[in-house]
Amino acid sequence: MTMPSNVDLPPKTRGLTAIAGAMSLIAVLLIVQIWLLSAALESFLSGKHNTALPAAIFSGIMFLICVGLYLFVDRVDSDVRHSAGDH
Amino acid sequence: MKWLRRSSSDPLWKEEFSVRTADERYVTRRQLTKFLVLTSFGMFVGNLWILVRSIFLKAPSYPQQVVAREGDIPIGGVKLFTFPTKDDHCILVRTSENEHVAFSQKCTHLSCAVYFSRENNRLECPCHKGFFSVADGSVLQGPPSRPLPKIVLESHDGQLVAVGIKTS
Repeated sequence: MTMPSNVDLPPKTRGLTAIAGAMSLIAVLLIVQIWLLSAALESFLSGKHNTALPAAIFSGIMFLICVGLYLFVDRVDSDVRHSAGDH
Repeated sequence: MKWLRRSSSDPLWKEEFSVRTADERYVTRRQLTKFLVLTSFGMFVGNLWILVRSIFLKAPSYPQQVVAREGDIPIGGVKLFTFPTKDDHCILVRTSENEHVAFSQKCTHLSCAVYFSRENNRLECPCHKGFFSVADGSVLQGPPSRPLPKIVLESHDGQLVAVGIKTS
């Protein structure tokens, strides 16, 4: 018995897998962002202001990655809908 | 009576509630992704806010306040005072003949009042056993992660005057 390859799966299942993967990545990035915010705030309150800039830059990069992943999810979703409509 | 028969073999409820579970899961996942991205944006805005506050933060100005006369406190003795406002309690310690140090009395962990332990020569928080160095207010042990804010003292005509607060 062999596992079905990705191509054998129906487009909707493949789409759901891709969306789940993207969501997991976004969740991981979000956890890092929460940690970054709390660390930057702790540092700011203790009077160290030089950590604010790198924290903001990294947080911005992670936000852009999240936006990219969301656009990916959106595209996968519309692709699946189109393919479902074709069938 | 053929026209009474339904064309589909699905039960009636499936025809009337035509939203499929897979489609519904699609919608909720997409919405959750959107919500996560918005939360990420919120985190980014929070970091930007800290950055803006760091850039535009003005150096606070403190009033000058006489705390004690230089000979008033014995070596190893303490005096409690408030600076810069009546709600900010501070502790002044005479560590040697010519040296006085002062710190905010508020523990940086959960704001309990610290006291000077002469036997151990350190500032101690009784709540969670956080210990601070009496020399510079740095954390020696315990849960506090930040040092005690140090009160900047100057000597004017034999009087100790508090002129500012050093936070790190």
